Amino acid sequence: MRFLLVEDNVSLATAVLDRLRMDGHVVDHATDIAAAEDFSATTDYDLILLDIMLPDGDGRTFLRTHRSRLIETPVIVLTARSEVSDRVGMLDLGADDYITKPFDFSELEARCRAVLRRHGGDSSNQRRFGNLVFDPLAGTLSVSGNKITLRNKELRLLEIFLNSPDRIYSKPKLVDRLFSYDEDVSENAIEVYVGRLRKHLTDSGVEITTVRGLGYRMSLV
Amino acid sequence: MSDPLPTSGSLRRRLTLQLVGSAAILATLLFFVVLAFARDTAQQTHDSILLASATSIMDSVSVQADEVTVDIPYAALSMLGNVSDDRVFYRVSMRGSILTGYEDLPHTDQSTSSGQSAFDTLTYKDDSIRMVTLSRRLSLNGAPADILTTVAQTREGQATQLAQLSRSALQLGLGFFLVATILAIWAAQSSIRPLNQLTAAVSRRGPKDLRPVKRPVPSEMIPLVSSLNQFIARLRTSLTRSEDFIAEAAHRVRTPLATVRTQAEITLRRVEKPENRASLREMIRAIDESSRAAGQLLDHAMVTFRIDSLERKDIFLTETAKELVDRLQPIAELKDIDLSFAGYTCPPITGDAILVQNAVRNILDNAIKYSPNDTAIQVSTQETLSTVQIHVEDEAGGFADMDTDALTHRFTRGENAAGTVGSGLGLTIAREVVEAHGGTLIIETSKSGTGACVSLCFPLALLRPF
Repeated sequence: MRFLLVEDNVSLATAVLDRLRMDGHVVDHATDIAAAEDFSATTDYDLILLDIMLPDGDGRTFLRTHRSRLIETPVIVLTARSEVSDRVGMLDLGADDYITKPFDFSELEARCRAVLRRHGGDSSNQRRFGNLVFDPLAGTLSVSGNKITLRNKELRLLEIFLNSPDRIYSKPKLVDRLFSYDEDVSENAIEVYVGRLRKHLTDSGVEITTVRGLGYRMSLV
Repeated sequence: MSDPLPTSGSLRRRLTLQLVGSAAILATLLFFVVLAFARDTAQQTHDSILLASATSIMDSVSVQADEVTVDIPYAALSMLGNVSDDRVFYRVSMRGSILTGYEDLPHTDQSTSSGQSAFDTLTYKDDSIRMVTLSRRLSLNGAPADILTTVAQTREGQATQLAQLSRSALQLGLGFFLVATILAIWAAQSSIRPLNQLTAAVSRRGPKDLRPVKRPVPSEMIPLVSSLNQFIARLRTSLTRSEDFIAEAAHRVRTPLATVRTQAEITLRRVEKPENRASLREMIRAIDESSRAAGQLLDHAMVTFRIDSLERKDIFLTETAKELVDRLQPIAELKDIDLSFAGYTCPPITGDAILVQNAVRNILDNAIKYSPNDTAIQVSTQETLSTVQIHVEDEAGGFADMDTDALTHRFTRGENAAGTVGSGLGLTIAREVVEAHGGTLIIETSKSGTGACVSLCFPLALLRPF
């Protein structure tokens, strides 16, 4: 997916850029409103992440011009404030959602997904692998034409495997990706979700194999 | 809230009393002036008739063959009879000897020369009389002879007339006083009106309304209003400054925290060694804890500030609950928590929408935070006879034997909170908000027995003035 990140703090921006690119997204970075307006006028983004306090003004100014130009691209505001009225005002100005800094990346991902789902994600996001057609936005999986609705953790697990098939993922890595950091989860919990996912994938020509001592891998039968 | 201010009397009463007092003095003055004028006029009329009578008697005095003769004309006395039924006395004397009339009629003290008249008010035979003495010089046997003619009349008729006059004057004075009093009350009322209007305009304002007072006021009130405006401006500046400061402080603290957190997450994905991973996880948890604590402390400060001057607007709790459920859905989904809402539209409650939203949000945040994966949280609204309630029911095991009242105190956390990031302020904020709205916060074991049910009960906004 293509993101535009508007954030003036360079070290935070670099970290967020790294993190988003890690998941295979294409991200452009603007440090002020002027640059953000240039970017959004010339490129079609799937989503804009917008900081509120910017050197050449308030992110809300950008929101206003953005909406007045009738650009459909959804905007998620990154705010360092915590006053609720401020958040409400942001939504009134046309932001699709907001998230308070510092944010949990899985929460950001979840919010992005929810916003894109509301905007009716296009089919270009669909992934195909063997007999599988997977729509990460809608959270649906078709196995040989049969639609299955996945629960969130199953969906994210599938997404991780589909991002690089044939790669082996260790249990600790999967725990990091599936559970928030304030949860104390044993690595065995992963087995439960892998088990559920395997059940959905029966007869799909795709299987998740256990690589003893190393982890799990998804591959074509 | 605040004690009643000590008063130093009422401006309107003071103004009214002063105006009525002046009216009373003026009315009394009017009474006496009218009375004196009437008395004077009556006296003058009486005097001129007395004089006419005396003059006509004097005219009848003649010298014939060295004899002075007096032939009192009937008209001279009858003209006095026309005025009233009062008794009339007369006397004509020459060189001190009586020619005709009443001998014992008193003499005037005033000296009279020929052609002059003197008026006296005296007592004669126990009656008050008005008396005129007229003098004329005749020539008798070649020598001058002074003739004195005196005419007097009792004053009973005049007294009756005066009594009538004073009654009229009294009525006039009272009438004046009555009209002046009504005018005084009206005048006091209308001079106080701009003050009342200003008071109403200022006290109608909401807590966030810090615009200067712009309505036109009488010039005497300009200093008061401009001081008030200066005060409002100072308050606005200091509020904006502290709001800006909080926003700036939050920004400065949270942005680097966000950087560290993101970097830590990235590093965690790259490192393999279990002990490094464990410390990175600890780091992320510490960051989450500090940012959440900072957020809740700021929220708590904001809540305390807003409770001091509570806004009163209609709030539909069903809408508030629905919005929050929508908003928190992505976070619940992360843990595969089934967050759902049930409830019909309830009648409104009165209060501060931002505070109520904050309270419900804190309860929901807590429920999601402490719920295990793959459980359900049910949010519902319900209307009773006198309240509208929001229930948040989870399957997180409940608060067991904990003192549920202690949970709502600052920085107290439930027993199952170990290992979960939190500051313990969430329930405190929620309870303070609910109580500021005259409601109650109830924590109990859910009906299914598998979790807790937190209820926020707000009184219905039924008794609003329409």
